[in-house]
Amino acid sequence: MGSTITEKILAKHCNQDTVSPGQLINADIDVIMCHDVTTTPALTMLEEKGLTEIARPDSIVVIPDHFVPNKDIKSADMVARIRRWVKANQIQKFYDLGRHGVCHGILPEQGHVAPGLTIIGADSHTCTHGALGAFSTGIGSTDLAAAIATGKLWFKVPESILFNLKGKLPEGVYSKDVILEIITRIGVDGALYKAMEFRGELIDSLSIEARMTICNMAIEAGGKSGIIEADDKTLAYLNGRYKGEFEVVTSDPDAEYSKTYDIDVSALEPVVSFPHLPSNGKKISEIREDVKLDQAYLGSCTNGRIEDLRIAAEILKGRKCHPETRMIVVPATTDIWKQASKEGLIDIFMEAGATVTAATCGACLGGHNGILAAGEKCISSTNRNFVGRMGSPKSEVYLGSPATVAASAIAGQITDPRKYLQ
Amino acid sequence: MCAKAHVYRRDHINTDEIIPARYLNDDTEAALAKHAMEDLDVNFIKTVAQGDFVIAGEDFGCGSSREHAVWALRGAGVKVVVADSFARIFYRNCLNNGFLAIECKGLSQKVDSGDEMEIDVTNSVLTNKTKGKEYRFIPLPQFALDIIEAGGLLDYVGKK
Ligand code: SF4
Repeated sequence: MGSTITEKILAKHCNQDTVSPGQLINADIDVIMCHDVTTTPALTMLEEKGLTEIARPDSIVVIPDHFVPNKDIKSADMVARIRRWVKANQIQKFYDLGRHGVCHGILPEQGHVAPGLTIIGADSHTCTHGALGAFSTGIGSTDLAAAIATGKLWFKVPESILFNLKGKLPEGVYSKDVILEIITRIGVDGALYKAMEFRGELIDSLSIEARMTICNMAIEAGGKSGIIEADDKTLAYLNGRYKGEFEVVTSDPDAEYSKTYDIDVSALEPVVSFPHLPSNGKKISEIREDVKLDQAYLGSCTNGRIEDLRIAAEILKGRKCHPETRMIVVPATTDIWKQASKEGLIDIFMEAGATVTAATCGACLGGHNGILAAGEKCISSTNRNFVGRMGSPKSEVYLGSPATVAASAIAGQITDPRKYLQ
Repeated sequence: MCAKAHVYRRDHINTDEIIPARYLNDDTEAALAKHAMEDLDVNFIKTVAQGDFVIAGEDFGCGSSREHAVWALRGAGVKVVVADSFARIFYRNCLNNGFLAIECKGLSQKVDSGDEMEIDVTNSVLTNKTKGKEYRFIPLPQFALDIIEAGGLLDYVGKK
């Protein structure tokens, strides 16, 4: 019997020929991603236990992002402490303000991700990086501390679910709509503990950025990881970015999957997930009520990349946001900000009446930078719409693609983006 | 001292509800504990006592990787969370902290808030003293018991 890409990567990282689902392994970790919120507790633990030696400083990438630029004194203290740790241990891969951005934007963009690697991050959306053919998963602070100290981490080898995605996306429908549709079909625990492997004609046709949007939301179906085999587009993306050596790993034709889904996307429509679960997706044509919006948020590790800003700008160009809808655009990283500026996208957003802020997680997790008041409704290109996610527990978050966010900002209510794309 | 059950007959209770992000600029257990379960049940923190059980449905702890969710519950006095199933990262975080996350299908339908509970980890039995009932749960894997016995993952790897 063959192995899946996930099993092969994990086997290689614990020096075994093969591993099977359910097996407990202690795997070598190639990349350890740390951000502001989850790293300070790990540092406290390491100090308390006297484990202050870092196993492989070179494997560590530090990206403060959640409350950056620091939102208050406590968060400033947190980042100050991380900065001292980085300095004391001569950690080179540190993205302080000025080079900063959302961790899952920075990690691939700055060349820390490659096929075949094992990547962990103390953040649930670390599954994003499977889009480049790596095993990448989110963990907590104790796991982070253990990996920093030992260079290894325990895993239960996951079963894999295969998503065979056929067909081409119609105009105005994007990879965000695909993943919202998948989560709506299988539920927020439809892939609990499992690796979600995506392939097929649709995946082949998508850009690397659009693939990241899909893997990013694997966790919203309970998945341990999302993964896509590397192809020529992946190699082109890595060219000049990733400096080390890597090996492209693929699934065997006779690999075993706990489930296979065949999904044809040719007739898919824009999807909007209603409060308060990502799995509450509705096709745009099925939304009967008028959902009036107080805010439209474009950003995050799901959809704050340059491609997303271009899609939104195309719709907003020469148009205005609805007078009662505030629009906030948050490019995911500093480099994306610069690129958007060069391309004139920032001007388009500002002319439309939106505001463009520094790269940050910000309001995506209800931290700062666009918090919702009680009773307010927001359409958002982010990944979660749990109760209170973007502010007041009495506010509501609706998830959609960057195009849907832009179109809805203009109309002041949830709107089909295809209206503006003719 | 008797441990009481706090029952939530709901699936997908997420980490934003267990500890909202607005409190994540502090990672001390005492500070987090004050806001445990705040966006789900504002009365929780007023009624919870040392050693209590939280009992819920499927997929408990889904969402963010914040270990703060475990610390907030533990800081508030909770000793055990029993659920039909757990979200992956939350489960790891419990285990790594030597905190008991017990899978027992349907328990939230059989126990009422305020019932007096007891746990016997060695024999995988939960006892509802109020109702005089016993429920078997899925035994914790040996690896988990080893970590719990060591006092958490860091002590476990430290010893190795
Ligand atoms: S952008 Fe949002 S989902 Fe992504 S890492 Fe930041 S807080 Fe988490």
